Amino acid sequence: MTVGELGGLIAGVVPLLAAHLVLVLVALAVAAAIGLPLAVALARRPRLAASVVTVAGAIQTVPSLALLALMVPVIAATDGLGVGVSSFGFAPAAIALTLYALLPIVRNAIAGLRGVDPAAVEAARGMGMAPWQLLRLVELPLAAPVIAAGIRTASVWTVGTATLATPIGQACLGNYIFAGLQTRNWAMLLIGVIAAAALALGLDAILAAAERAVSRRPRGRLTVPVAGLAALIAVVLGAPHLADGPAPAAGPATAPVADHARAAPVRQVRIGAKTFTEQYILAELLRQRLAARGLAAQLVESLGSNVVFDALRRGDLDAYVDYSGTLWTTQLQRDRGAPGWQILAEVEGYLAGAQVRSLGPLGFQDAYALAVRRDTATRLGLHGVGDLAPHAPRMALGADYEFLSRREWAAVRTAYGLQFARTASFDPALLYEAVARGEVDVISAFSSDGRIAAYDLVVLDDPAAALPSYDAMILLGPRVAGDPEVLCALAPLRGALSVELMRRANLRVDRDREPPRAAAAWLLGQVTIAEACPPPAGAPR
Amino acid sequence: MIELVEVSKRYGAAGARWAVHDLSLAVADGELIAVLGESGSGKTTVLKLVNRLLEPDAGAIRVGGRDVRGEDPVALRRTIGYVIQHAGLLPHLSVADNVAMVPRLLGWQRADIASRVDELLALVGLPPDEFRGRYPDQLSGGQRQRVGVARALAARPRLVLLDEPFGALDPITRATLQGELARIHRELGLTTLLVTHDLVEALTLADRIVVMRAGEIRQIATPHQLLTAPADDYVARLVEAVRAQGRRLLALAESPEQPEHDRG
Repeated sequence: MTVGELGGLIAGVVPLLAAHLVLVLVALAVAAAIGLPLAVALARRPRLAASVVTVAGAIQTVPSLALLALMVPVIAATDGLGVGVSSFGFAPAAIALTLYALLPIVRNAIAGLRGVDPAAVEAARGMGMAPWQLLRLVELPLAAPVIAAGIRTASVWTVGTATLATPIGQACLGNYIFAGLQTRNWAMLLIGVIAAAALALGLDAILAAAERAVSRRPRGRLTVPVAGLAALIAVVLGAPHLADGPAPAAGPATAPVADHARAAPVRQVRIGAKTFTEQYILAELLRQRLAARGLAAQLVESLGSNVVFDALRRGDLDAYVDYSGTLWTTQLQRDRGAPGWQILAEVEGYLAGAQVRSLGPLGFQDAYALAVRRDTATRLGLHGVGDLAPHAPRMALGADYEFLSRREWAAVRTAYGLQFARTASFDPALLYEAVARGEVDVISAFSSDGRIAAYDLVVLDDPAAALPSYDAMILLGPRVAGDPEVLCALAPLRGALSVELMRRANLRVDRDREPPRAAAAWLLGQVTIAEACPPPAGAPR
Repeated sequence: MIELVEVSKRYGAAGARWAVHDLSLAVADGELIAVLGESGSGKTTVLKLVNRLLEPDAGAIRVGGRDVRGEDPVALRRTIGYVIQHAGLLPHLSVADNVAMVPRLLGWQRADIASRVDELLALVGLPPDEFRGRYPDQLSGGQRQRVGVARALAARPRLVLLDEPFGALDPITRATLQGELARIHRELGLTTLLVTHDLVEALTLADRIVVMRAGEIRQIATPHQLLTAPADDYVARLVEAVRAQGRRLLALAESPEQPEHDRG
């Protein structure tokens, strides 16, 4: 990695840091605005307080990633109420983080208010304080240190948990962490992690100063912490404009803030990507094709696979690449395979009904397949998935996060009678290494992944066609489905990508640590594209 | 000044017991009344009924001739000084801010408040320049209670309620403060209701003593009447206990070599 690339990565993290800070501050402010009055109301009702704290505690036990993902359908369900909030990105992330931050804020505030010396309260009432004066002049000041400690706890948790907002489409430091992990870009991963840690520490230091100020006698002024917070916000929000000159070159994840800061684009196409290498490359490839026609695009990466389709359909995203088999199982809810042409036909029919435009298959498949090490295959004489059945009770299956709960797995298991001794979920980035090192014996692999060849793995045949086919296809959302310029840029990609080229492009990222941007450029240079439109006037080709 | 007429107050889970039962008491302007009783006798309840920290279940309470139920409780309390055991100072506020609290609630001018604070600190024997800026945890127990008294007097109340104000103090401090309370009561012409479980304190300070037991008044009398003509057996035993103490002290003073011991 060159110094320039590192500089680009660091410049690219600034808008993410800004988005992260805004998200955290909004969540904390809302949680405090709800939690503090709630605590005041509950402090004298011990039984009710116990139930509320239990509920808040139960929310805490929901895994943070799940809570964030859960907010997407919850907000989508409010569509009918005419609220008009996007169920994608900021709103679900902020709501989930607010729920998360409530517990420490409410619990501490209740404890703080209960801990106020009863003699002070009695004296204050006896001297003629009205209830709200008692609260303002006695109870809140005396409880302030405990309340402030709760807000500090919430702020540290929220900064950490907010990194998980990436899969639901909210730009944050998680973009660097997810993308860095998937594309094995450790510098990117580390920058994301360090930025998150620095933000948590910075925010905590500011709140600690506020806590000291309210605990000090005579009560200190809040000038220093308020100025600190203002400075933090100013630096983080102002920085994208400073970084404006040389546009961040290496960061594939580009936050909205940075794009707005650039020279006003005519329009902006929002391109989605799921959380694996191929998706980063293809999103980048779409962006480069659009750029060649003078269209600006913004990448929203590392999205959950159901989140991304819903976002497209609702117009929160404009384009991404999905796979026929994935839509077949997740959207059409089919639980067994079918010939590829039939799947493609039914999926296209479904998409037309869902107001999503398909530009047809890109030319390669990225199918789920079961793969083993070559020495395992030789030793046990494995050719097809069915050959695994007698050995499975002594074998471990490694899979990506989704596979074990997907219909494909149920179909394969039923079709071949597989009963593994152990199953383990891995991040896709680590799956191939896990089988190569013998951590697991069998993995759910992706047929277009270059690492199958790189690790010399054997893909097992699926004679029963339990797994559907997965033709990669570009999908367009309602905003751009009829846009001639977008169609000029993207439609000619139909049938242009072979699986061999896609594997090599994937390997350039996964093994050679090339940024997805470079791999996409390489891929575009390898393919022959029959342009359908004349080059745009004045646009460089 | 204060009149309680056939006042009753229940307490407990379903109001099962009487905290105060059918109690009548009249306190004249300028009197210092001690309400004496053991814990659970209802003496503190009487005090809190007067400034409406508690509401009676039956009976009427009048302060200055007006029924307290017709008054706004918050406004009423600002006209009545209130001192509790351990003072109940607000720990996050300085001595001056504690004393200034009621005048502030009443919206006094800043300059008036400042001079009033100094005047009161001087009255309770705390040099203002030294104590104004201190915080409650930088004071001794006696100093804290002096501030408590100053705070209660800040808005020039005519009526002061004290709930065992000297209970937690060492004997010397207690004696000093008792003397000062009597002096302030006289100097300012206050009407004072002092709740205590200490008969000697009641005898030495009060114009009249109200002896309570189990929510009822056993006797209302001057110190001399109480010592010489206890109304019933309980009061008699109470008085006898103090008299016995006094005799023992005298005997000790006269023959120090043979102190009288309680054996067994």
